[in-house]
Amino acid sequence: MSFQLAMFYIFSAILVGAAAAMITVRNPVHAALCLVLAFFTSAALWIMMEAEFLGIVLVLVYVGAVMVLFLFVVMMLDVNIARLREGFIRFLPVGALVAAAMAVVMIMVVGARHFRIEPPAPAATDVGNTEMLGRLIYTEYVYPFELAAVILLVAIVAAITLTLRRRPGTRHIDPAEQVKVKREDRIRIVKMEAEKK
Amino acid sequence: MTESLMTFWNELPVLIQILVKIVALLLPLMGTVAYYTLAERKIIGYMQVRLGPNRVGPRGALQPIADALKLVFKEIIIPSNASRLLFLSAPVLAFAPALAAWAVVPFDDGMVLADINAGLLYILALTSLGVYGVIIAGWASNSKYALLGAMRSAAQIVSYEIAMGFALVGVLMASGSLNLGEIVNAQGGGFWNWFIVWLFPLFLVYVISGVAETNRSPFDVVEGESEIVAGFHVEYSGMAFAVFFLAEYANMILISALTALLFLGGWLSPLQGILPDAAFSLPVIGWLLDSGIHWLLIKTAFFMFAFLWYRATFPRYRYDQIMRLGWKVLIPVTIVWIFVEGVLVALKIGPWSA
Amino acid sequence: MSFPIPDLVPAIPEMFVLAMACTILVVDLFLKDDRRDVTYGLTQFTLFGALVLTWIVHVPEARVTFSGSFIADPLSDTLKSFIYVIAAGVFLYSRPYLKERGLFKGEYYVLGLFAVLGMLVMVSAYSFVTLYLGLELLSLCLYALVAFDRDSGRASEAAMKYFILGALASGMLLYGMSFLYGLSGSLEIPVVAEYLIANAGQFSVPLTFALVFVVVGLAFKLGAVPFHMWVPDVYHGAPTPVTLLIGSAPKIAGFAIIMRLLADGLGAMHADWQGMLVLLAVLSLAVGNLIAIAQTNIKRMLAYSTISHVGFLLLGILAGTQEGYAAALFYTVTYAIMAMGGFGMIILLSRQGFEAENLDDFKGLNERNPWLAFMMLLLMFSMAGVPPTVGFYAKLMVLQAVVQIGMTWLAVYAVIFSIVGAFYYLRVVKLMYFDKPADEPLPVRGLDVTVVMSVNGLLMVVLGIFPGILMSIAALAVGP
Repeated sequence: MSFQLAMFYIFSAILVGAAAAMITVRNPVHAALCLVLAFFTSAALWIMMEAEFLGIVLVLVYVGAVMVLFLFVVMMLDVNIARLREGFIRFLPVGALVAAAMAVVMIMVVGARHFRIEPPAPAATDVGNTEMLGRLIYTEYVYPFELAAVILLVAIVAAITLTLRRRPGTRHIDPAEQVKVKREDRIRIVKMEAEKK
Repeated sequence: MTESLMTFWNELPVLIQILVKIVALLLPLMGTVAYYTLAERKIIGYMQVRLGPNRVGPRGALQPIADALKLVFKEIIIPSNASRLLFLSAPVLAFAPALAAWAVVPFDDGMVLADINAGLLYILALTSLGVYGVIIAGWASNSKYALLGAMRSAAQIVSYEIAMGFALVGVLMASGSLNLGEIVNAQGGGFWNWFIVWLFPLFLVYVISGVAETNRSPFDVVEGESEIVAGFHVEYSGMAFAVFFLAEYANMILISALTALLFLGGWLSPLQGILPDAAFSLPVIGWLLDSGIHWLLIKTAFFMFAFLWYRATFPRYRYDQIMRLGWKVLIPVTIVWIFVEGVLVALKIGPWSA
Repeated sequence: MSFPIPDLVPAIPEMFVLAMACTILVVDLFLKDDRRDVTYGLTQFTLFGALVLTWIVHVPEARVTFSGSFIADPLSDTLKSFIYVIAAGVFLYSRPYLKERGLFKGEYYVLGLFAVLGMLVMVSAYSFVTLYLGLELLSLCLYALVAFDRDSGRASEAAMKYFILGALASGMLLYGMSFLYGLSGSLEIPVVAEYLIANAGQFSVPLTFALVFVVVGLAFKLGAVPFHMWVPDVYHGAPTPVTLLIGSAPKIAGFAIIMRLLADGLGAMHADWQGMLVLLAVLSLAVGNLIAIAQTNIKRMLAYSTISHVGFLLLGILAGTQEGYAAALFYTVTYAIMAMGGFGMIILLSRQGFEAENLDDFKGLNERNPWLAFMMLLLMFSMAGVPPTVGFYAKLMVLQAVVQIGMTWLAVYAVIFSIVGAFYYLRVVKLMYFDKPADEPLPVRGLDVTVVMSVNGLLMVVLGIFPGILMSIAALAVGP
């Protein structure tokens, strides 16, 4: 067994383990961290396939940004996992049966033998695949690429539309306003006649 | 003699070779980190007209060693109800990326541990991983101050990573490569070709977001001693705390070195193109004037100093101001400048026109 | 380093819509609430401009650009034109409704325009990636629009259902497409079609597997039974202008992707997908028409009627002949116009704080406003397929196409359920003409809305008397 193959099996084992742990662990934060591990090992697998750009970007975008925000939300929300799990045992037999049936069908129907899969040719050493991807994205796939950009724009617009609103009556604090406050805004000195006896 | 050494070196198994290289890189780095802490206390001391540490060793020179010994012998206290495994792995998660990123940093032409094509991306990915140490530490501590620090950190790092990434896109466009060595070489020919000249706004953005990414003052709301006592590492003590400390300083050095490499021509001499070629062939002086690792170290040292300088000078940003600066100032600046740069490239103006 | 610049001319309408949508997004930021009509005007201008541009750059031959991921042919240009017109009608109907409910915001128009862009992309898609991206662009806008009225719990619930089931459907479609990619080695529709023709008669198991996923994904998006669960809830829960948008123009885009995927791409597998479509059509006709009878809410009723109309649309496509495709196109366009009128009428009769969404709200409409009642009568007749309205011809042509391929039993079955369907459409007419009105005043509507509603209603008769106009357009679009 070559070094590469050994590494492949190690990473794959970690990946499968992390993915399994992600859906079975009790704590949502642990689950999210398992997902991070799964992303990280799959990035390693991609890098082993010489897809270094995809691998690094997976780490950069999913691990470095998306999952951080995910953790952020999970930690803030304090999901009550016990309630979510109530049905788990009850539906387990049915679920397992369906899953097993699906797996059997998939294995029978979907096999590598049907697909035109050739092992990827070793990449040319002089041009990194980052550059190749860049070229393809801006030439052959420029239309889908721009469309993906539009979808992201729509996602931003939609998210802001659905969340940003000025609700009257909330006790919203603007620290900048607070800092700007001067003595005159808060205190009024009233001259009063001394009270007569 | 040298030949026999080379043959001996080549005879060694690859794994040993790599390990030796890593050690050769990390030992000086750790030493720098240790003395950087001393430098910080001394420099800030002088800026505030005090002496700084001066008891241990001559003029306090042994202070870092004393600190390290103290921390090593301290007990690591794990809070009750803390998530034990995560609590202990958090410092490692903070420290590992800070060290791993050094693998692709070149010190001189070809003097690099791993000369990979996508070096810049690799650095960006690894620096974005450092936040996990902070978040996990904050969550696993089972303490509200720690959690608050972690939340602040998550939001801050994700926000500034975008600006930082965009600043690096500008560098990438200018150099046409993601390999750090090639980026430096693209700035050759004279200091007017350094990217700081052509990408000055991006340079500013990079430096500012670098400070924010390392959670240093004035962006240190994550620790915020006066607000949330020490933020994410409030529950840490002993060596676990020390590892966080090391990670922070290693990151600062990394950002300084990267700023030097990406914007200030790395190991390139600023005298390039000014002095006649004959000057560089002089013995000793020529070597000093010519490009070399010492220039990189000088430039890095300057930015390391600047980190301390900021800390002594600026008051801490408020949290909402940090967010505003990141999203509403830095990101638009980078986008505009990338556009300007695109126009310059298209019109073939600037050092990248060739 | 030089980049080959693709031929951008065929995509000018899309680029125009995109540029204008972005412009409106920015312009709207600087408008005060009482100047929001500018946004509306710009949106209508965009649709009009895109319509003009589409026909300026139109050529009779098909043009493929962007490395085979975009096609502009008579079919796409025709469908795009209908999309512009119907979208313009939708925006026109919705304006008073949105104003009355404090929903008159720029985002409605921006998201609406992006949805239109998504439809255009779907119509012009010539590779799986573009097709999928267009579909996602459209769906994303619609998800957001359904949840647009944030204070309505029902709208949020509908949006969640729509989003989750829509995502599931997208996943199915994508899964099927990825199989096709793995088998044929290409994402481009003509290449996949060639691969299938070359391998005709010996389709492997994974190919059928892929086909099932593609058909299921499409059925989900169209709302064909048994993948229709989201339709009534979304139609009912969404604000009526959004229901109007979902119920009309996207059906045309849906027809387009069925044409591109099943007819163009997987045409060689016609025998395989015909059976699946027969099943979907049979179920949709039965479930849609039968459950619609039990509805008291007209939005839900129209939702179930949509399901039954989808059944008819599938009948035309499963024929697999040019006549069938032309009939399906005819049916889709007719349906989109009818649905626009139907939901538009709900908007017209609603007023601040009151939704005319129950059947009872239509009671005695004839006494309150005979003209609107007459228009609604025409629309309902057309949906039911009563001659001489256009709905009759649409059904007739689909049935002809089905009979031509020898599936007479299916045609008979469809006719039976059309008659069942006529019951609930005519019930609306009965309520309008023979029942006593509740004493509610009708809201006063602007001239523009009334005129368009009149055109919309009269179109049912005009096209019904001269079906040749629309038919020749449909036949031209589908091609020889």
